[in-house]
Amino acid sequence: MKIAIASGKGGTGKTTIALNLASVLASSAIRTTYVDCDVEEPNGHIFLNPEIEKSKNVAIPVPLIDFTKCTLCGKCSEICEFNAIAVTPKTVVVFKDMCHGCGGCFHVCPVNAISEIDNIIGIIEIGKSGDINFMQGKLDIGKAFSPPIIRELKRNIPSDDVTILDSPPGTSCPVIEAISDSDYIILITEPTPFGVNDLKLSVEMVRQLEIPFGILINRSDIGDDEVIRYCKKEQLDIILQIPDDREIAVAYSHGKLAVDEIPKYIDDFKNLFEKIHKAVQD
Amino acid sequence: MKELVVISGKGGTGKTSIVAAFASLAKSAVLVDCDVDAADLHIILQPDVEHREEFSGGKLASIRQNDCTSCGKCFELCRYNAIEKSTSPDGKRTIYEIDRIGCEGCGVCAWFCPEKAIDFKESINGEWFISNTRFGKLVHARLGIAEENSGKLVSLVRTAARKVAADNGNELIIIDGSPGIGCPVIASISGAQYVLIVTEPTLSAIHDMERVIQLTKHFNIPTGVCINKWDLNQEISNDIEKNPDIKILGKTSYNTVFTKAQIMRQTVIEYSDNAVADELKSLWENVLYEIG
Repeated sequence: MKIAIASGKGGTGKTTIALNLASVLASSAIRTTYVDCDVEEPNGHIFLNPEIEKSKNVAIPVPLIDFTKCTLCGKCSEICEFNAIAVTPKTVVVFKDMCHGCGGCFHVCPVNAISEIDNIIGIIEIGKSGDINFMQGKLDIGKAFSPPIIRELKRNIPSDDVTILDSPPGTSCPVIEAISDSDYIILITEPTPFGVNDLKLSVEMVRQLEIPFGILINRSDIGDDEVIRYCKKEQLDIILQIPDDREIAVAYSHGKLAVDEIPKYIDDFKNLFEKIHKAVQD
Repeated sequence: MKELVVISGKGGTGKTSIVAAFASLAKSAVLVDCDVDAADLHIILQPDVEHREEFSGGKLASIRQNDCTSCGKCFELCRYNAIEKSTSPDGKRTIYEIDRIGCEGCGVCAWFCPEKAIDFKESINGEWFISNTRFGKLVHARLGIAEENSGKLVSLVRTAARKVAADNGNELIIIDGSPGIGCPVIASISGAQYVLIVTEPTLSAIHDMERVIQLTKHFNIPTGVCINKWDLNQEISNDIEKNPDIKILGKTSYNTVFTKAQIMRQTVIEYSDNAVADELKSLWENVLYEIG
């Protein structure tokens, strides 16, 4: 079973919820994998201190021009939708960081002057932290496209585990890549105008994907009741509310988990999993 | 004309609240929301839209089933697993369809389809606006849900903002960026004069700040840091301040006025004249000094 944790707004507590849930599951003897799909800014490792057992570069295949064969016909530039290849009267220039690796130029070249080489954009790492199986991706600084790294992570997920996918913030392509084939999505929000605005966008996104989901309101007592009214109106399932607790914030600031520091939260996460388990089976 | 970009690496550190406070303090600036997939600045600034345009981030493929001969060439060539294969209800034919969400917009399937049965057309996947607010002009946008190419929309919004600033004689553009270090962030900062990073004293935020500092170094943009909620963990705040590679321009307290002001649709400066407002004013002075 794959449970994705997402949120339109950043900093609402995705990683906190994902890790506490993973930790409670693993200590209940459920085989659990935590996957940090926020490959631009992965934070799960700070809390789990995993031992990395395997790592693998992730690359996009980009064109390499054989100038002994190239006739400067311009077909490669014509097919490229991403402005990653330009043909001048004298030469061909490849902008490898613009290339999405679609292979169009490679296939279209009439004289087979294009081969493909790897442009490394990041890495995936697989390891263990106690009973939790750990996976994360990391985008190299200066590279723009994270979805291929998320795709590679997902190819390596062990099939029998309960998998917790910690998604990047937002509603655009990296988020979709992270959550699109999960069995359940937890949307995290906070009861503030920004939180509600971004929750509405997230709900719109998840409805398009047609995946069952529930709302978790974090720091549930900091703002106003607009989020509750919105959830009622849209008949959304509020699966957990966690109050604003300075103890959680301080534990987080040190890279510690709430369920380890403040045991009263363990039952909340056990109940959360029960609810999700039931929702997925229905 | 200068562009100041506010980013953070980690989300939720207070970028938008700080940009809104700057809007209150700036005398003549154009405001820009470049967090195009979860824009929030408009909630505080309450813009009246003056100009609206549609945005096309790229093209999308779609297969005309009547012309498709099920040869499977598109399925074989697509590197994004965006061609879905199924069998027709009568079991006689293989059906290929484009998964709209998976489609990267590369057009390879359409180019090589031997029957020319694949349409490849511009898709509208967002809109952008020039608006009036009580603090001056705001340029903002909305990327459609699950859409690609946020970087292109960010670039477009920045170009529009520069034009607005030139037309109105504004000398400063203040840009609210998005979290992360990827495509929209790169598009927000490239070519800008100054970056302010808003961080907080948590190990996660520091880790993310360090990655985003590497990014601004990579693009050679002068960078300063504000520690928001600095008193949440004073020990970690002290560590950040001691780091010789980091230029601290201000510290703001962990205070409920940020949320209260937001609920009133006000900037922190409008909402209160307490200590936090003073901290924000001093941050703003330092930022202005750095930009020069």
